[in-house]
Amino acid sequence: MEFSIDESAIQAYVDGRMEAAERADFERWLVEHPAEAERVAALRQIMDALRREYEPVLDEAIPEALLTTRPRPRAPAWAKAASWAGLGVALGAAIGAAIGWRLHVPAHEGAALPRSPLAHYAAIAHTTYSPEVRHPVEVGADQEAHLVAWLSKRVGFPLRAPNLDKEQFSLVGGRLLPGEPGPVAHFMYQCSNGRRVTLYIAPPPAGNAETAFRYTREGKVNVFYWVDKRIGYALSSVDVEREELLGLANDVYKQLNP
Amino acid sequence: MGEPEQIVALIPRLRRYARALLGDRAAADDLVQDTLERAWLKLHLYQSGTNLRAWLFTVMHNAHVNRLRGRREEESLDESMYELVASQPATDGLLIRDLDRAVRSLPDEQREVLLLVVLEDMSYEQTAQTLGIPIGTVMSRLSRAREKLRLILSGQAASPRLQRVK
Repeated sequence: MEFSIDESAIQAYVDGRMEAAERADFERWLVEHPAEAERVAALRQIMDALRREYEPVLDEAIPEALLTTRPRPRAPAWAKAASWAGLGVALGAAIGAAIGWRLHVPAHEGAALPRSPLAHYAAIAHTTYSPEVRHPVEVGADQEAHLVAWLSKRVGFPLRAPNLDKEQFSLVGGRLLPGEPGPVAHFMYQCSNGRRVTLYIAPPPAGNAETAFRYTREGKVNVFYWVDKRIGYALSSVDVEREELLGLANDVYKQLNP
Repeated sequence: MGEPEQIVALIPRLRRYARALLGDRAAADDLVQDTLERAWLKLHLYQSGTNLRAWLFTVMHNAHVNRLRGRREEESLDESMYELVASQPATDGLLIRDLDRAVRSLPDEQREVLLLVVLEDMSYEQTAQTLGIPIGTVMSRLSRAREKLRLILSGQAASPRLQRVK
């Protein structure tokens, strides 16, 4: 018989990718080679099992985090016209106005805004701890009173962990972080589908009395931050989009300034 | 349907492939997330009209390879473990019986080829393009991957025990 079999032909047969004529030749060859026939049959069975094994993944609900990786539609024309720095200021103003808060828009509007160390370090802390499955916090929400008392003592001013139940986020707990000029309090919240936000409360930054409510994006992290009564606050999240995070930040601000 | 919608529509397939590739659900979704972020960033490099699925899987392959760097040692350990397992008699309780684990015991580059061909039903040519390798390499990796699976599961392949009880 002229028909020659190579390994590629076996693969093509297993994958059902042979033309009818070639397949007929191949099957005749198999009849004469029972050991090969057995091997090919086993391979086909394993491949079927492989497809069945992972098929159910196609029907699983897609985690929200995967859907929110998609960039938002382009900014409106007015925003595109402005430089990013200008946009940052405009956004700060709009958000500040929205929560009825006194603003300190820099006089040099349009100049590049310096990167905020507060937002930067908050984003780093968020990125470090929010993916943690086993050790997201040092002290859990089940010991909230102890947590708040401990962190207050270490940062040197009275703290409160805002309650975000209204937004469906519950306190996971908190931890103490190193910072400059002193330790930082870090609270973590989580909603039922696993999305997390963290609140970074930093000791008074030198010479920075008050800062408008601002939004920035540090890598993948959305951050709303402000400095109030000489204490810096930053609410960060990778999973929660800007608008929803704004609602949360707004609530945090209100609760800390009743 | 525009490209963004097509990408979203392909997410379940990216997840299936990543799950088979990595086994662990969280790690798989992490890879998918990494892939999607890269895809959105690089979408302007995609040539309209070419195969978007193949392009996305290339993005995922690159993301995966990137993550593997520095983990080569671990992998070669896995390979030698496979040799050990394969040399055990079929009655040995240590034999890997679980299909999912058998797939995971394949070297990474063989597993990628196998999963694109079997789960994604990609042509050999498309698989070669997606992974940036010659078609002959696709064929030899595919053949070796299958043979290893067969050896690991030998005696089990025809048995209904192969199907995992969920």
